[in-house]
Formats: sequence, structure tokens, C-alpha cells
Amino acid sequence: MSKQVTLTIDGKQVTVPEGTLVVDAAKMIGIDIPVFCHHPKLEPVGMCRMCLVELGRPMRDRNTGQFVMENGSPKIQFMPKLETACTTKVEDGLVVLTQSAKATEGQKGTLEFLLTSHPLDCPICDKGGECPLQNLTMAHGPGKSRFIYDEKKHRDKMVPLGELIYLDRERCIQCARCIRFQSEIAGDSVIGFDERGRSTQIVSFSDPGFDSVFSGNTSDICPVGALTTADFRFGARPWELEAQASICTQCPVGCNTTLNTRREAKAGGKIVVKRVMPRQNEEVNEIWLCDKGRFAYHYAEGKARLTKPQVRKDGKLTRASWEAATKLAAENFLKAKKNFVILASGRLSNEDLFNLKTLSEHSEGKAYLYSHMAGGELTSLVGVGEGTNFGKMGAGTTIVVVASNLYEEAPIWYLRVKQAAERGANLIVMNARETKLDKYASFVVRYAYGDEVKTVNDLSKKSKISDSFLKSENAVILYGSDGLGVSGSAAVASACAKLLHDNDSVGKPNNGLIGVWGRANDQGAWEMGFEVEEDLAKVLKGKAVYIVGADPVADDPKLAKALEGAEFVAVQDVMETATIEIANVVLPAQAFTEREGTLTSGERRVQRFYPAVPVTGDAKADFAITSQIARHMAVVLEGTSVSAVFDILAESVKSFEGLNYDKLAEVKPQWPIVGRGDLYYGGTTYENAQGMGVQLSAAAARGEKLSIPRVQKEAAPRPKENELLAVPVTKLYDRGTTVRPAELLHERIGDASVVLHPDAAKELGVEAGQTVNVSFNGVSGEAVVKLDDTISVGVALIPRSMGLAIREPVAVKVK
Amino acid sequence: MSLANKYPKEVKQILSKYPPEHKRSAVMPLLYLAQREEGYVTKTAMQDIAKMLEITETDVAAIVGFYTLYHDEKAGKYRMQVCTDLPCALRGADQFIESLCGNLGIKVGETTEDGLITVEGVMCLAGCDKAPMFQVQGPDGIKYHENMTVDKTMELIAALKKTAGEAK
Amino acid sequence: MAHVLLRHRDIPDINKLEVYKKNGGFDAFKNAVTKMKPNEVTDVVKNSGLRGRGGAGFPTGMKWAFIDNKNWPHYVVANADESEPGTFKDREIMESNPFQFLEGVAIASYAVGATAAYVYLRGEFWQVVAFLDEKIAEMEEAGYLGKDLFGTDYSLKIYTHLGAGAYICGEETAMLESMEGKRGQPRVRPPFPPSYGLYGKPTIVNNVETLTNVPLILANGADWYKKMGTADSAGVKVFSLSGRVRKPGNYELPFGTTFRELIYTHGGGVQDSHKVKAIMPAGASSSLILVDDDKVLDTPMDYASVRTIGGDLGSASVIVVDETVSIDWLINKTMHFFKHESCGKCTTCREGTYWMSHLTERIHEGHGKPADVDLLLNVAKQMQGKCLCALGEFSTMAVVTGIERFREDFDKAVKA
Repeated sequence: MSKQVTLTIDGKQVTVPEGTLVVDAAKMIGIDIPVFCHHPKLEPVGMCRMCLVELGRPMRDRNTGQFVMENGSPKIQFMPKLETACTTKVEDGLVVLTQSAKATEGQKGTLEFLLTSHPLDCPICDKGGECPLQNLTMAHGPGKSRFIYDEKKHRDKMVPLGELIYLDRERCIQCARCIRFQSEIAGDSVIGFDERGRSTQIVSFSDPGFDSVFSGNTSDICPVGALTTADFRFGARPWELEAQASICTQCPVGCNTTLNTRREAKAGGKIVVKRVMPRQNEEVNEIWLCDKGRFAYHYAEGKARLTKPQVRKDGKLTRASWEAATKLAAENFLKAKKNFVILASGRLSNEDLFNLKTLSEHSEGKAYLYSHMAGGELTSLVGVGEGTNFGKMGAGTTIVVVASNLYEEAPIWYLRVKQAAERGANLIVMNARETKLDKYASFVVRYAYGDEVKTVNDLSKKSKISDSFLKSENAVILYGSDGLGVSGSAAVASACAKLLHDNDSVGKPNNGLIGVWGRANDQGAWEMGFEVEEDLAKVLKGKAVYIVGADPVADDPKLAKALEGAEFVAVQDVMETATIEIANVVLPAQAFTEREGTLTSGERRVQRFYPAVPVTGDAKADFAITSQIARHMAVVLEGTSVSAVFDILAESVKSFEGLNYDKLAEVKPQWPIVGRGDLYYGGTTYENAQGMGVQLSAAAARGEKLSIPRVQKEAAPRPKENELLAVPVTKLYDRGTTVRPAELLHERIGDASVVLHPDAAKELGVEAGQTVNVSFNGVSGEAVVKLDDTISVGVALIPRSMGLAIREPVAVKVK
Repeated sequence: MSLANKYPKEVKQILSKYPPEHKRSAVMPLLYLAQREEGYVTKTAMQDIAKMLEITETDVAAIVGFYTLYHDEKAGKYRMQVCTDLPCALRGADQFIESLCGNLGIKVGETTEDGLITVEGVMCLAGCDKAPMFQVQGPDGIKYHENMTVDKTMELIAALKKTAGEAK
Repeated sequence: MAHVLLRHRDIPDINKLEVYKKNGGFDAFKNAVTKMKPNEVTDVVKNSGLRGRGGAGFPTGMKWAFIDNKNWPHYVVANADESEPGTFKDREIMESNPFQFLEGVAIASYAVGATAAYVYLRGEFWQVVAFLDEKIAEMEEAGYLGKDLFGTDYSLKIYTHLGAGAYICGEETAMLESMEGKRGQPRVRPPFPPSYGLYGKPTIVNNVETLTNVPLILANGADWYKKMGTADSAGVKVFSLSGRVRKPGNYELPFGTTFRELIYTHGGGVQDSHKVKAIMPAGASSSLILVDDDKVLDTPMDYASVRTIGGDLGSASVIVVDETVSIDWLINKTMHFFKHESCGKCTTCREGTYWMSHLTERIHEGHGKPADVDLLLNVAKQMQGKCLCALGEFSTMAVVTGIERFREDFDKAVKA
């Protein structure tokens, strides 16, 4: 433990670790020193001069070094000038006065200086009501301005830094929190100051503007209304908003969120989500969110929501009762016997997946996870172990990222891994192309697509890189599916699991394997025992299929064809999809914003989400619909209480043993302290009062015997001579069902693209930006050419869910 | 054409001044190089420098915006920057710039019709004992002219005009 | 007395390597590298009583001794960002006596273990930098810079780095930021450059004039230097004299010379035989010293004495103001300067200089009310002691002393 230091702040004694800043020490004992530029997550800069305090230091005898005593206590010598509490580190015996006449005068002075330039537009400002400057002005500000209003500097009030974030140049107080967040934390230095002095202003020169997937966070930590999101701008007043805890469903990170809701005339008097805000969980997302999580939530409110059960009559979908619809589905499933197939996606909750899996087990059916990536049975076996926390990783831990572009696939993991590397963790990035994380890595291994397994295996052979891995106290591997399909990712997973197992990096905190899945609850599905199938078309053809939370028809013409030849199709979803066009029964499900449930993150943390808005139409929760179908199949499944489903789940699934909803709702004290009255300290991020979730135990930690499947030699095919091999990659903003409805993101989604090596492009006679025809596997479509000189010449990258259905590496023709 | 292609020797020499892991330090000399031809830094040049130094274009723009000797807009071929700060003003700098502008038929901050001269009032140039004085920022860098009179300045402008004419 | 710093005034062509060498040039550096330990060099400088000539007057040897020897590499940065209105001494030294300055840089580098030194020149010194680059090349050619100097394993390179128009870069941490390719904005101190400087490494930043003293101090000994000047201000100083005097220019004089001698003996007296009304001893950053009494002019120019008449000697850039000048005009000039040069990092300076310049402009242009003068004084005082760096603090000096000591000029301005 670091050395402890005792000091006195406003007469209260406090003991804190050496190196703590005075402003943070004060916070710990409930004393709020006003700040603007200081943020506990950022390096101190002492710019805004708001936190001026009086400091006294005990006098020391020059000869003995001992305190000079006076009336039994050390004699204190006060400094002639006020000092900034945000840049001063604690010292033994330090006396801090935050409220003395002198300190107050200093703070008031700074406030007055800030107000000389600040507009008086609080009544129309989005920040009004949760604005540190407004709050401090109300509390301490002068009643009257000594600055002549006519001499105020007028500047542009609607400057789009990009299409997501707007800047009001009059409101900006130049605290640089946003700029520092982008350069220190996000690592995307795409906004900065232009000019100087009073003319200093924020600009972005990137293309597109404010080119960072973390941009929304700057509006949370902006202490005034200078930065607002295009989504929430002029949307509502903060005091009209209700707050409900939730979990982001966009990726496997499982960021804790708060959904701000309001009843709205525009929505016909319904309660709607107005914005998604981060909710503090220092073990998951800290106080941050990526822009996809923040802005893509709109799909749940979309016009295309399914509201009533329907059955197909005379070729047309017709409204039906729940009883009739579920009965029809059940009858067909029963009739199909062994040909009953469940296809469910990781968009569903643990409870939904548990009921589905149980149904398959109690009938003669099979349950498949709709995923392009495999290996989850291994993440469940070898961990990561309970207590794993990227936020605590540093020197002594090795983090390997293989076949994954974290910035695009799981942005908050990117951010956390980057920070761990900056704290001293040994980061090894292995990928077939350059990724943003390379910059922070101790070692970057560039392989050719197809060589993933070999590259992982090399970590056990003698080299400088493997040494750094093998000698590390802790080791975590994140593996993804960059360029890989089901079989390729399965091979990589087994290679990683074996390596970790051989190195005894399993079943312990900060050790083990993490899958960078495509969906939020893929890990949950693996825990329930779902499997993936490489050739889905084969297993769907001619079967009675129960599709839950997936749209295979839109995703892949091959699957569409297979389903056309299916015996019976029941589709259960939140929204209208292409797949319902061929469905015999359509069952409307509730969105995650309308119900309760739990999700299991990629780090195997089970977390609760809560209902925030009323149910749309007659939609039911997925687990309840499954239970109703099951009843018609003479299988009893809990269908009323979601927490009861969870209790049954916890009794049946070993890794969930001992868990219940109460445990998941537990919170513990977190640092920094956020979300209380002093919005100026942590920003508008929400305090976590609804649960930080619980990490599952790994089989390895439970002492179970582990059997790691034999590792294949090669992960995936390599390009043959004179052939271009298309490989699938993941893009953050894609055309997926849960992204596309957010109109705000359309510019970022862009067109379908194909990424080529410049030499390959030359050979084909195509140029960057040109639209070409891409055809493979009987799929054909247009794509815009992009270039990347870090990939090999023989491959072409095709982003998933961008209109060209690609599940695994396949030969391609580009014209 | 990129800076590295246009001025390979200069770029190499500039980069050699700083430790390779701190090549960002080269941003200032590279900006001078980028400004040489047009008298201001183009957006393309900023992108070019950003790429060379592995920083963002915004980082480069923030430097251009901070320092007064970098320009992001075109002005006269020669920027005549007259010091009007306190010590020079005590020796007649304000009157000097006023009559100079009068002679040229422009206001401070404006450019002569032929696009040759922009007159600017600037802060102290460390030539206080030789006021009135100014510097000329042009394609060949910056040159001081001290103990000046309006007549001497008009002669200088005539000479600059001649050189510019010959260059054409 | 022979010049110590402006030696070109005694020795023609000392800017030529051969001439400099013939006059004992580089002996001190060679002697230090071949015969002295680095800390012995520092000790000599410490004992000489040399204090920083950039304005703050911090003991030079003590600064060198602060270098953190647990963290490497070390750097020396010569501050040639001479930008204080009224200061033009470093430019003359570099233009006319360049080798002595560069030898000073070299000795300092040896003393603190730096193998790379940078000279940061203000961007306007475009011609000076070209000249210095030539001189550095000549030194390399002659074996005074480069690898394994004088047969030892000590190597040194000196590089120039040109700023681009920002007064604030004269502040040492802003200068370091600027050198790192960032906006030249001051850092929070502590940590100070001797422990956290260029690229986060221990760095000594010294002014050009300071460093130019060093070769002769080493050649002639600490006592020789200490004998010049006064007890608290050892040695000689280049006084930059400007404003309403007949013969403005640089004058190298021992500390303790009176204002009267500088202005009347050397500067030839006030233009048109006017009377001195006020003196700014440290450029635009100065307090305005009221000259209402002959005794003021007889004050010796050393750090302690100037303080007794309500000012600070600072960089010794003496701007002479006569009775034809109204102080409201003067502070409008200085405020315009500080507003223009405020880097914008801290609220106090950014907003304070902006606000004050509005007030000085209004007052000077005759639109002000008497209350505006009080407000101006109040705003200036509200800034004092609350800025991130000295620029903001200095911007208030002329305002506060101007109003307090020359109130009648302001009363006239707001009445008219």
C-alpha cells in the first residue's frame, strides 16, 4: 500500500494516499471545491483557476526537520498567494481552507472573469439544470455584471464539430476537458484549440469532423453547454427527465447506462427515451460510452416495431391472438420432432436464452446461436476469472489481442486495454492489418489472414515476444473474428485456450480468454449451452424453425433460400424484418427498454437492465413468449416472473450458481465520486445505484476437469495464386437492425466497401473511392474501394452487415 | 507534391534535429517550409505534415492558429510588419505606419492592389532602439529594416516591386 | 572598462572564429571538459553570484545544481525568445558576439551532462538563426562541437529552433511545450524543468545573456566576476535603453550604476530636453516608477535597490517616459500587447487582459467614466496572485502602478 498522508481541510482531518490531489482529498470527505478544468480522470492542468484555496504548511525547524510547535500543535505558515487545489498534492500537516474569506474572494473572482464572456442564454441552453457554471453562479456569483454587456464577445453558436457534436463558441469556457479527454483517454486527438488568448476556440480538422467513436463523452464532461449532442440538442430540459438503469445492447462490453425518459407530445403523449447516458461502473465502462451505444438506441422506438401476433393465412400475415399464434407454432414444432430447430441471437437476455435452450432440451429440437463466431464453450471453461478488471491491469499483466479490431468491435475495451498498456501492461497486438491499438502495443505481430493459429501457437515458442507473455504474472487474451468465420474463430479460440491453460493463466482474476462477440449476450448463450453451426443453410432447410432475435433472410441470400425451403418458420422479434416475409407465425417481442432481464458480457459479468418505457402494443418479453409456446408443447417453463426464470437458471447452469437478482443489484463505493450535486466534478454521468453485476465463475476456477479440443493447424484458407480472397471484418457503424434506424449515424455507416491493398487495386485497375462490382458465393453487389497497405495483396476485406453477405473467407471477384 | 518530395534535403535536415521518438518537434520548422511558396499554409500541407509526424491534422492546425507568423490565408507577397508597441510608439511608430499606409493608399491590415504588400501592425520585434522599424515576411523568410523613414520604405517597396516583376 | 558581454565593441570581428579563438575563445570550454568535473564547473558559477538575466534573477549555479541526476538524458535550452517590449540585448549578443554565447551554452551543457542543447529563438530572428547556424557549423568543423570533444568521451550538439511569434514562449515551460511541437502554453509548476523539462527530461533553461557570462567567469574566476556589481547583484548587465531618450541602445554596465548615469551619461538625456516622468525598468511588464524627485534617478540599478522605489529590475529593459506622455495612453498600449499575447490557458489572464483592454481603450479614447478607472484598478488587483504564469501577473503591473501613481492622467482622460 502506498504511504498515507494526513492533512486538514476546513478543520476536518483526512488521511489519503500520498500523491492524492487536494481537490480529490476534499471530495473524499464531502467537501466540494468548485472546479471546471479539473476532472478526476484527466491529468491536472490548473487552467481555470476556479479551485483556488488557501494553503498553510507546518513550519519545520531548519536544523531538526521537526515541526515547530505552538500551543501543542504545529505552527502553520500560510502562503501569500492562493493556490489551485487541483494541482497541489497532499502533504503531511497541510492545512487547506476552501471557504476562508480569501479563498472565497479568489473563487468569486474567477467566476466573474468566466462570466464576462459567457452568454446569458441559460433558458434555452441544453445544459441548463445540470450546468456547473449555472449552479456555481447561482450559489456564489455576482448579482450584477460589472462587464458592459455590449462588449461581450459574440461568436458562432451552432458550429458542428462533426455531425454528432455541436459547439456553441459563446458558451465555451476553454477548460479543455474535451480536448484532453480526446487526447489522453480516447487517443483520438481530433479536436483542438485554434488561435489563442480570448480568441481561443475549439476546432476539428479531421475528416469526418470529430472523427472519434468516443465523441459523446465530451458533452458529459463539458462543464457548460458548449458541447451538445445532435441527438439531445434542444430535446428536453434535464429536470423533466426520468432516469432508468440499463445495459447497452450494442456489443459484448456491457456498458452500464442510464436511459433518460420523458412523456412527449411529439410521441403522442407516450414516454420515450430522450438520451442514453453512461452509468458509472469502474469495472466495466468507468464513466464512458461509445457513440454507437449513445446514439443507436433509436431502433427500439422505431416505426417498424411489431405490435401484434400474426399468422399467415392465404399467403398473407393476419392478426391473431397470442393463444392462436403460439399454439400454431407449438403444433408445428411438435410435429417436426427432430426437425425442430431454434435459431436465437445474442440480442436476447439470459432468461430468454435459458427458456429457449430448455425448450430444445425438453423437445427433440436443436438450439443454435446465430453468430458468425465460435469458441464460446472455451471462454466459459477457462474464464476470464472472477475479479478480472481491465481498470486494475498494469505492469505484470500481458494482454493479447488477436484477430480483432477492438476500436471498431468493442470501443470501450479498446479504451480500457489502451489505458492498461499506458499503465505498464504488456500489450501484444496480433492482427492481419494495422489497427488503432498498435500504437500502444509493446509488440505488434502482423500475420497473413489464415495464419492466426500459427501466430498464437508461436507464443509458446522461444522469442522475445513469447518471453514477455510466458513470464507475465497474469495473461488475458481477447480474440475476435477479423477475417474469420465460424470454423476459423473456433480454431483460434482453441489455440488461445490451450496456450492459456498450458501457461496456468486460467481460473484466476485478470487471466483467461475473452471473446469479442458480435452481440451483447453471445456469452450468455454459450453459458446456456448454445452451439454455432458453420453451415446454417443445411440445418435450416426443410425444418420447422423458431427464429428469435435474428434476421437471416436480410443477412444472407443463402440463408434466405434455405428458409424458403423450410417446413415452418416462426419469427419472434422486436421489429419488422425481412425474415417475417417468409414467416408462418410472427411473435412481437418487447424491446430491452420495455422490460427487465440480465445480460452476460464478454467479460462474463451478469448485469441487470430495467424497464424504462411502456410496452409497445401487445408485445411480450421473449422468455414469456417461449414459455407460452412451451406450454402448448406440454413443457412447463416459467413465463411470468423474469427473476424466477433467473432463479431456475441459477440452479441449472453451474457458472450461475448462487446468483440472484438481489446480488446483481449490489453496488460498492466507487472512485471517482460522480453524479451527486456537484456536477462540475465528474460530469453528468450517472451514479450507479442499481447494481454493478457479478462475474461468473469459470469452470477452471471451480476445479472442473478441462478438456480443450485439439487445435487445428490453420485457422482459415489463405489466398491462392491469382485469386482474391474476401475476408469478413467488423465495422462499428454497420447496417445492422439495431444501428440503421438511428438516422444520426447514417453518414458514419456510409456505403458498402471493399478494402484492397494498393497493389491489388492497381492490378485490378481500380482506384480508391471508385464503385466496383463485388461477387462471391453467388452474392453480388456494389462496393466502394478503400485502400490499406498493411494487408496482404491477395485479400479483400468485406465489412459484415454492410449489404454484402459474408460469413467466412471466400474467393471473390472485383470488377 | 508532398513537402518531403519538394524539399527532401530540408525535411531531412529538420527531422535530424530532434530525437526520432519526438519528431513532433519538427512541426514548427516544417510549417515554415510549407509556407515558403504561397505565404500561407494550405490544408493539404497540414495533412502532409500531420502524416509525416504521426499527429493529427487538428494538432497541426492548433499550432498554425497559435503562432502569429503562420498564416492560413493568402495575403500580399510581402507582409510588412511594423512594430507599434510601446517603445517604438514612444519614437513615432504610430505616425510612421499611418503615413506609410497613406502613401500606399491602404489601411493597416490591407494589401496593395498589386498583391505585393500587406501592412500589419505587430508587437515588439526587439528593435526598440532603432524605431521606426519593421520586418518583412516574404518568400525568403523574415528580414529586419530599422531606423526607417517613410521615404526609405517607399524605396524598399519599389525595389521589391522590381524584383517581383523580374521574377515574373 | 573592457566589455564582458558586448566584447565586439572592443574587439572587431570577434564574430569570426579565428578572432574569437585568438582572444582566448573556447579555452574555458576546453579547460572545463578536459580538466574539471561537471560539478566543479557548477560550483564556479555558483560562487560567481551570477543570476539569471531573463528577468527572474534566479541564481544560475543553483539552478544547474538542481538537475535531476537520476533521470537521463539531460538537455540545455538557451532562451533566445527575447520578446519583452524594450528588450533587445540578446539579439545584439548573438549577432555580434555569437561564439561567446555558444561557448556558454557548451559549458552549461557540460556542467549538467547534456549532450544536446537547443537555442530557442523567437521566430522573428530569422536572420539571426541563419547566422548562428553558420557559427555552429564552424564550431563543429573546428572540433568544438561534435563527438568526443578534446579527446574525451564528452560529445555535444547544439541545434537552433525557431519560434513563430508568441511572447509567452519566453516563459520557460511554454518554451519547452513549443519545442515539443505543441501550443506554447505554460505548464503548471512544480515540477520545474531541472527535474521535468524538454520531453519530460531534466532540462536547464538559461537566458542568452546569462550564458554569455559563463566563459569569462570560468576563464577569470568567480571572484573576478563577483567584484563587479553589488553584493546582491554580482557582475555586469546589458541595459537596453529605449523610449524618449536621445541615444537609445544597449549599454553594458556594472550592476549598481544609477538610472541617471544610464539615461544622461550614456543615453544622452531625454529627447527635446524634457523631464523624465516615469521609468519602466523591465519593459512592458514593469511597474511604472514615478520620477517626481531627483533621488529616484540616483537609485542604483540592482535587484534590491530598484525594489525600494517601487519596481523590479527584471530584464533591465529601461523604457524612459517623459512628461509629454499620458499614462492612460501608455497602459492602453501595454494592455493591447498583453491581450494579444495572452496564451488563453488560464481564465484569469485570458479574461482579465481582455476586460482590462476594453477599459483602457474606453478610458483612453475618452468614452470612460471615473468609475471605469476604479473598475480597471479593481480588475487588475483581482487578477493578481491568481494567474497560472507570470504573463498575467505582469500585465497588471503597469495598470496598478499607473493608476495609483499617475491618477491625474486618468482623471483628465475620463473628464475630457
